[in-house]
Amino acid sequence: MLYYIVRRILMMVPTLLVISFLTFFIIELPTGDYISNQIAALKSSGESSSVAKLEFLRKEFSLDRPFFERYLVWVGLWPGPHGFDGLIQGNWGWSFEYDKPVEQVIGPTLPLTVVLNFATILFVYVVSFPIGIFSATRQYSWGDYGFTFLGYFGLATPNFLLALILLYFFNRWFGLSVGGLMAPEYIDQPWSFNKAMSVMAHLIVPTIVIGTSGTAAMIRRLRANLLDELHRQYVTTGRAKGLKEGRLLVKYPLRMAINPFIADIGNLIPSLVSGSVIVSVVMSLPTVGPVLVSALQSQDQFLSGFILLFVAILTLIGMLISDLLLAVLDPRIRLGGRASS
Amino acid sequence: MSLETKDTSPREVEHYVDPAPFNPAVTEELTAEQERFYQASQWKIMWWKFKRHKIAVWSGVVLILFYLCVPFAEVIAPYGANTRDSNNLYAPPQALHLFHEGSLVGPFVYGISSKIDMETLQWVFEEDRTRVQKVRFFCGGAPYKFWGLIDSTFHLFCPAKGGTLFLLGTDRLGRDQFSGLVYGARLSLTVGLIGVTISIVLGLFFGGLAGYFGGWLDSIIQRAIEIIRSLPELPLWMALSAALPVTWSPVWIYFGLTIILGLLDWPGLARAVRSKLLSLREEEYAKAAVLMGAKPGRVITRHLLPGFTSHIIASATLSVPSMILGETALSYLNLGLRRPSVSWGVLLNEAQNISVVTVYPWLMAPVIPIIIVVLAFNFLGDGLRDAADPYK
Repeated sequence: MLYYIVRRILMMVPTLLVISFLTFFIIELPTGDYISNQIAALKSSGESSSVAKLEFLRKEFSLDRPFFERYLVWVGLWPGPHGFDGLIQGNWGWSFEYDKPVEQVIGPTLPLTVVLNFATILFVYVVSFPIGIFSATRQYSWGDYGFTFLGYFGLATPNFLLALILLYFFNRWFGLSVGGLMAPEYIDQPWSFNKAMSVMAHLIVPTIVIGTSGTAAMIRRLRANLLDELHRQYVTTGRAKGLKEGRLLVKYPLRMAINPFIADIGNLIPSLVSGSVIVSVVMSLPTVGPVLVSALQSQDQFLSGFILLFVAILTLIGMLISDLLLAVLDPRIRLGGRASS
Repeated sequence: MSLETKDTSPREVEHYVDPAPFNPAVTEELTAEQERFYQASQWKIMWWKFKRHKIAVWSGVVLILFYLCVPFAEVIAPYGANTRDSNNLYAPPQALHLFHEGSLVGPFVYGISSKIDMETLQWVFEEDRTRVQKVRFFCGGAPYKFWGLIDSTFHLFCPAKGGTLFLLGTDRLGRDQFSGLVYGARLSLTVGLIGVTISIVLGLFFGGLAGYFGGWLDSIIQRAIEIIRSLPELPLWMALSAALPVTWSPVWIYFGLTIILGLLDWPGLARAVRSKLLSLREEEYAKAAVLMGAKPGRVITRHLLPGFTSHIIASATLSVPSMILGETALSYLNLGLRRPSVSWGVLLNEAQNISVVTVYPWLMAPVIPIIIVVLAFNFLGDGLRDAADPYK
């Protein structure tokens, strides 16, 4: 098992390198950079006094170097103006827009981003699991039809539109501000029980909104898997031997059906993270989402680059966890290659 | 009688021979229906099977209706997409009525009058129950250039002369929402189709390479697919579309956007193509073609591809909605299309501020067609996927 974990983590290293390169490539795609745009703007308005300072900044952030060198400096594999000082060394870069280091800009938003994403994954697991089992064991019952219908609807309704609709109706019916992280009266207040409860209450709606489509997909998956297993011979044998229905279900078919279920959650994580970014923008949650949008719009490249990388790493970690879980549950996987799902 | 039979001693049953001529091949003979089935082409059987999936068929019909907006947007919309009416800013939707004071008039709306509420500084609209404005059909209305070429004033329906017809209200600048939706369909609905075409081409190419040649090419492409699939696509879409130069014309932005959407979508398709090719490659007929000296390109396109075209169509249908949603999300966040281009996402952009939406809820109208189209594509795709294996 330890061997498997180590191998699985080592496998992430080349992936991370490729992803960091892709990220850098993408944020460098727009012509020019933040500072050259500033210089151009200053020059056109005739103020050339501060141009010198900006030229200095360009040097400082090695924006004047060729592309590959810039990338390596950013990652920390090549000496910049101050020696090796990049992501690997713990320097996340500089945000031009805020005139602060990136870590100070998004530092406060990171915990909530992680919490929100993991809460969503947990929500998907916790909700889809019992409903999937229910739908499969009571096939063609009213409950099954109801959940199937809800599932289709959940799959089809894009989550940011769902967020918008919910915001509207909550505001309409309850006069409640669902947006933001807490009720307005708690902002700038010291932490208290009520404030914590308010934060919790505000996290529930986004969690549901982000998780709906994933939950719907998972319910369908688990239902189909379990239905396949329930008609197997060994189930009949177990039943014939007098095993209680509940125990029979948990002991054999469920264990078979659960593997593809967990493997699928790994595939689902990228879309959950995607969802959290845009839902955060709609519901004005202080996660990295809104910062990313504004950074992209103002071409604040190091900030947006770091956020993109962070989000990608978050999905990689999520997939790692789901792979490890899978390995715990199914010895075939940690001994052989990854099962082709 | 009964007594008689009881009395008679059990005698042997008479040997019975059917006088009709006997055909020894009777078990192999097909009924007319079976014959029709076996002689039909693959596509015909798929169609029969698809027809049985009622929801999928209706979804197809709904989609066709929506797609009619694409070529005929100018005719269907009563107003232009960017026509401003400064007298009717944030006008609420005008309900269609049939009866006025108990008598049938035909479809009409009541006129609206607007005045400013000086306390809240908002426009207040009042329905004027005396002004009956009958909707005109097949009429001359706002002039437009059909497909940007032919001058015309013909509309499917237009407001009464001197009246207004805002079926879904107007926005901040007095632009009719319904017309916006009709024009918006043009971009929103085609984005998915073009994006999917790009993703099919890429998916077939890379999936074909990986599946047919195998070896190191396969493992490189597999790794690339895994990495792309592990990335959250929306932030990447956002970053890529932020990279589109602002100076580009709307048309180029639109094409840039479709390429971006297609660029991240192909891995799923490529994987499907690869696994199908891997299994089909081993079939006898593929081997025969190779032995007869067919080149790889010919084997793939002539012999293997027809075997799973139906699967590709089905999975492409299922990936159209994600592209439509991608465009909507990007435009909603100001990172995709911008005015004067009109798409459903651009329209939703007006609904970004929740305090505006609570006062003018009709700004959320684009949500409805989006959900309908996405649902319809999902059902259609499901139906096609089931029908893709007609012999099952």
